[in-house]
Amino acid sequence: MSENKKRTCSDKMIEDFMNKLFEIYLPEKDNLIQILNEVQEEYGYIPELAQKKISEYLKISMAEIYGVITFYSRFTLEPKGKYTISVCLGTACFVKGSQKILDRLQERLKIEPGQTTEDGMFSIDKTRCVGACGLAPVFTVNGEVYGKATVKELDEVLDKLLEK
Amino acid sequence: MKTLEEINKIRTKKRKELELRVNTKLDTREKHILVCHGTGCTSSKSSEILENFKKIIKEKGIKNVRVIKTGCFGLCAKGPIVIIRPEDTFYAMVKPEDCEEIIQTHIVEGNKVERLLCKDIDGKIVNSLDELNFYKKQKRIALKNCGVINPEDIDEYIAFDGYLALEKVLKNMTQDEVIQEIKDSGLRGRGGAGFPTGQKWELTKKVEAEQKYVVCNADEGDPGAFMDRSILEGDPHCVIEAMIIAGYSIGASKGYIYVRAEYPIAVKRFQIAINQARDYGILGKNIFESGFDFDIEIRLGAGAFVCGEETALLESIEGRRGHPRVKPPYPAQSGLWGKPTLINNVETYANITKIILNGANWYNQIGTEKSKGTKVFALGGNVNNIGLVEVPMGTTLREIVYDIGGGIPNNREFKAAQTGGPSGGCIPKEHLDTPIDYESLKEIGSMMGSGGLIVMDDTKCMVSLAKFYLDFTVSESCGKCTPCRIGTKRMHEILEKICDGNGEEEDLQRLEKLALNIKESSVCGLGQSAPNPVLSTLRYFNDEYKEHVIDKKCRSAECKNLTQIEIEKDKCKGCGICQRNCPVNAIEGEAREVRVINQDKCIKCGTCLTKCPFKAIK
Repeated sequence: MSENKKRTCSDKMIEDFMNKLFEIYLPEKDNLIQILNEVQEEYGYIPELAQKKISEYLKISMAEIYGVITFYSRFTLEPKGKYTISVCLGTACFVKGSQKILDRLQERLKIEPGQTTEDGMFSIDKTRCVGACGLAPVFTVNGEVYGKATVKELDEVLDKLLEK
Repeated sequence: MKTLEEINKIRTKKRKELELRVNTKLDTREKHILVCHGTGCTSSKSSEILENFKKIIKEKGIKNVRVIKTGCFGLCAKGPIVIIRPEDTFYAMVKPEDCEEIIQTHIVEGNKVERLLCKDIDGKIVNSLDELNFYKKQKRIALKNCGVINPEDIDEYIAFDGYLALEKVLKNMTQDEVIQEIKDSGLRGRGGAGFPTGQKWELTKKVEAEQKYVVCNADEGDPGAFMDRSILEGDPHCVIEAMIIAGYSIGASKGYIYVRAEYPIAVKRFQIAINQARDYGILGKNIFESGFDFDIEIRLGAGAFVCGEETALLESIEGRRGHPRVKPPYPAQSGLWGKPTLINNVETYANITKIILNGANWYNQIGTEKSKGTKVFALGGNVNNIGLVEVPMGTTLREIVYDIGGGIPNNREFKAAQTGGPSGGCIPKEHLDTPIDYESLKEIGSMMGSGGLIVMDDTKCMVSLAKFYLDFTVSESCGKCTPCRIGTKRMHEILEKICDGNGEEEDLQRLEKLALNIKESSVCGLGQSAPNPVLSTLRYFNDEYKEHVIDKKCRSAECKNLTQIEIEKDKCKGCGICQRNCPVNAIEGEAREVRVINQDKCIKCGTCLTKCPFKAIK
């Protein structure tokens, strides 16, 4: 199982990365979401420094950037855990019992969707349709798909990760 | 850059090469191994299968065999799928380690690998694709090329009449002639509302402006619908071609496609397709020397269901929060950056080139009086053949669920089908024979929506399903207008109360009243349709709601506070399957004896319910 990239990075790294992005994207306001998508992809969240840099470059206020980040569910302000477990709550998965998998996951990790465990090991996400409806119900661990999942299988995967 | 002549040469040459893909009788020594690379099959390792095939063929030095990556074949339940053409052999649930055997037995020795051949629901082995009941009643127009061509190779698209419609339009048709053809075809928007496409084009063309835009809505937000994704993954060029035709017809030189960032494969293939089209001079300046310029840019969404609403989508392309605008003015008058904008859905575009090539009269022969053509449905839930199906409008739900879908697994009974996602409703058993089109679905309290079709068996609780959809709308409501922001939250609270066992009879009236108010007073389509799942379940499954509030019982054992799971002694055969599958070891009893559930330990996860082969657990 792949681990999430290490999210701790120096200010210098963030600045370099942002400058690289600004070479690709023109300083036009409609590029905001494109740039945020790139940052989210790289770091797993949107660091404050990145927001500041974008604010200067696109001449958009920090408040407006915050507004956009909090509107779209893909953008997050907090770093994710080492393992992000996403349970698909698309209708096809729901009908096949994915809610029970999510319930069990919350029960075991004692966190809510969108949160990360204190030790930084796990984050839980609810996702809407991974696109693998033929394998429903589905959950993913850092993008790796577990299809036709059961509560028991989830337990086994969690046990394996906890042993590590 | 390629001239029109060069493109036509590619078409003739490539078509000959690829004849074996569509002609099962072709006498040839060549073979094409097609490996499905839709998202479903990719997540069960189809890329590894592709690589293995290539490696083995190289090692063995086999000639005349090509391995090709294709889009979705549709029958996702049998994935990963490998099809060998021209003979059309269908191998299901292939694993990477099976490649060796397929190559040795099928390709080298010329025999079929029996154990991997796809079986139909009745257990009969299927020798070729068209023997499968799943495909018999389908008519593939939008999905015509999906699973036939390599989506990352523009030449393969060109081989199957690709960019021929564009040539016809640019060389021989005026803007008005194109629009008239689309109007005559009777095509209506496939994104949900069903607005006549030709009329939309005409309205946008009529507005005078120096700059206009064409937008493709690929923000497929309905959880459980994946037809737009499959078209982009399997046949991206047909969307590009249609967008250029739309641009020509309304007088726009710039197009945007707004895709969910959650669809990485679709985004990647669409970008490849754009680049190839640019290389060939099909996108860019002076296309086919007609003097017409057009280019397309991709914009990624970031996970907001409301952005499927056309004006919210425009806001998002402009880089803002996806708040819907008040209509009018409609995007045709004032859209992207205030300019006239034409917005169509992916599946709508996927029909355009076929209408241009075959004529409006061919298209409007298919379907019902008011709904022409075909519709793609993403069939999911409690049905055997989960996957993507394209049927003529007017096909009944029974045909889709039983003939194409192969019925309900585990001998369970059909309870309801949900169409239209969070904006739609549930269709009960008594409407199984309704021919499906835009009007009929509306009449029975649902809607076409983008085409998600989720089948539910008799173990599903309709109250908690309504709650599930409301949970979705509450978190996806953009917050702009009060009825949607607060109203759906209140509805969700009432449903939670009912599912927790604290419901009162008056709650049902409150729910209905709130629902009707929200429908009438919300700003955009999201709020106006959000109460539909509740209204339709209240209408068809009222007795179930009553059971929840009066008898404090949930017959499906989904609402935990309203259920106790028990094993019926006279039905239990003592097989122990429930015990082995229980995640918390709450089931007690010795081998071959009747089992008992320890209620203190039971977490009511329902695993045993679904696993019991004798239906002894209730």
